[in-house]
Amino acid sequence: MAFLSEKEQKHLVNRHRKSKLFALLCAFVTWSSVFLLGILLVNIAMDGLGWLDWQFITSFPSRIPAQAGIKSALVGTLWLIVMIAFIAIPIGVSAALYLEEFSKRGRLATLIEVNIANLSGVPSIVYGILGLAIFVRFFGLERSLISGALTMSLLILPVIIIASREAIKTVPMSIRYAALSLGATRWQTTWSHVLPSAFPGIMTGVILALSRAIGETAPLILIGAASYVAFLPKGPMDSFTALPIQIYSWASRPQVEFQELAAAGILVLLAVLLLMNATAIYIRNKTEKRLK
Amino acid sequence: MAQAEYVDATTEKKKTSEAVLELQEVSVLYSGKPAVKKVSCTIWRNRITSIIGPSGCGKSTLLRSLNRMNDFVDGVSIEGNILFVGQNLYGDAVDPVEVRRRIGMVFQKPNPFPKSIYNNISWGPSINGYSGSMDELVERSLQQAALWDEVKDRLQESALNLSGGQQQRLCIARALAMEPQVLLMDEPCSALDPISTAHIEDLLFELQSRYTIVIVTHNMQQAARVSDYTAFMEMGNLVEFGETDQIFTRPEKKRTEEYVTGRFG
Repeated sequence: MAFLSEKEQKHLVNRHRKSKLFALLCAFVTWSSVFLLGILLVNIAMDGLGWLDWQFITSFPSRIPAQAGIKSALVGTLWLIVMIAFIAIPIGVSAALYLEEFSKRGRLATLIEVNIANLSGVPSIVYGILGLAIFVRFFGLERSLISGALTMSLLILPVIIIASREAIKTVPMSIRYAALSLGATRWQTTWSHVLPSAFPGIMTGVILALSRAIGETAPLILIGAASYVAFLPKGPMDSFTALPIQIYSWASRPQVEFQELAAAGILVLLAVLLLMNATAIYIRNKTEKRLK
Repeated sequence: MAQAEYVDATTEKKKTSEAVLELQEVSVLYSGKPAVKKVSCTIWRNRITSIIGPSGCGKSTLLRSLNRMNDFVDGVSIEGNILFVGQNLYGDAVDPVEVRRRIGMVFQKPNPFPKSIYNNISWGPSINGYSGSMDELVERSLQQAALWDEVKDRLQESALNLSGGQQQRLCIARALAMEPQVLLMDEPCSALDPISTAHIEDLLFELQSRYTIVIVTHNMQQAARVSDYTAFMEMGNLVEFGETDQIFTRPEKKRTEEYVTGRFG
């Protein structure tokens, strides 16, 4: 009290009040969005939990709600995740490595960078049209898993490239110089030091991108994933369905039972997403610990 | 090849040495702007040469051009010749990877790999196709860097757990494991406390019998203590080059005298 004059004291109280007010505002915004998400989850859980049992997971779709299940959609989604991962991760990470570690800075590199940034903002349905024209029609891959996976890979490639580049950029130059000064080639430096150091960050980006891919519906509808599939795909050339498609098809029916089935499907989709994110966090923490 | 008369301080006996690096009118330019201007001097085998000068005088730039680390900086070009045991470092037939394998480097800030102590040492030799016993090489390199006794029981621990001074000695050990012909050190003690600095200076004396060392420092006492030859640079020019003793006690140039007596810089 004694340090400040009365006027300064008043001013200080005022400043503290503003600071508290802002903190409260931030807390309110944060918790209200969590609250909304909570309501949504509870709503879906109330509708869907009653239908969610082993029979639901292991049955094919059916006209009779009590016998309907999500087996083919779940398996289709798992197929998609694995195939997208195998296609998009190597290409995306390689592209990021090339742009960050090997390419010469110049007009072409800048042009590519700007284009990648733009592509990440293109609506997913546009990728669907592209997939339909190129993979389904031009390459004659039909309405198959591979068409879906390729289209989705295109969709998430920009995201993977941008996230990987950011992760690669955070690797300090001093590590590269240390390796190069020992007579390492650029590739040896990249493979042994840059990539392992950037790995946790790359993982995060990849999982976020994959999560986006398995939630996407529009491109799959366009390239013609079926909504009633009573068999499991045996290989990448088979036709398929996926969780969002199944959910969409149930949700668009008038009967209440199917609405509730859709809710149960959403719960399964959320479970898959959470599982993927948990795996990613686990891998990331493990590698981060190894690096320390 | 050039020969130099040299008086060994401890034995007072004249020793000869041969040139390892010969700089002939070397200029280093950053997108056309010269940072080092027509520097000519000779680095002698098994001697410690220090490069001193005020900040921004081009001493680090010159050092990095000696093992082609400047290749990684955009817009750098080199004029003049740098002969390494008689061969032009920047010749068409020279692979820069090979240059760096022969001419090692220790950086200003300790930069160990985020790996185990053991792997920090073994990585360089293994990627260069070393076929001897790796355990022996790791032990020998750590001993040469006077670090072995402190880390021998925790070789598999992360190098990042070491103190700053230990990390820098690890980086020296890592460079020594390649058995380079020349060791370049870019202000290796600037991030270290006085005790760690003393450790590293002692180490330099030990290493002198086996390696040729070029050290950049802005600590004049350090240059006077450790080096046999001293180069004084200012604004990209090599003002004076000679035996350390002579540079610090009987400098020929006025500017050198002003700098070493602390009147500027």
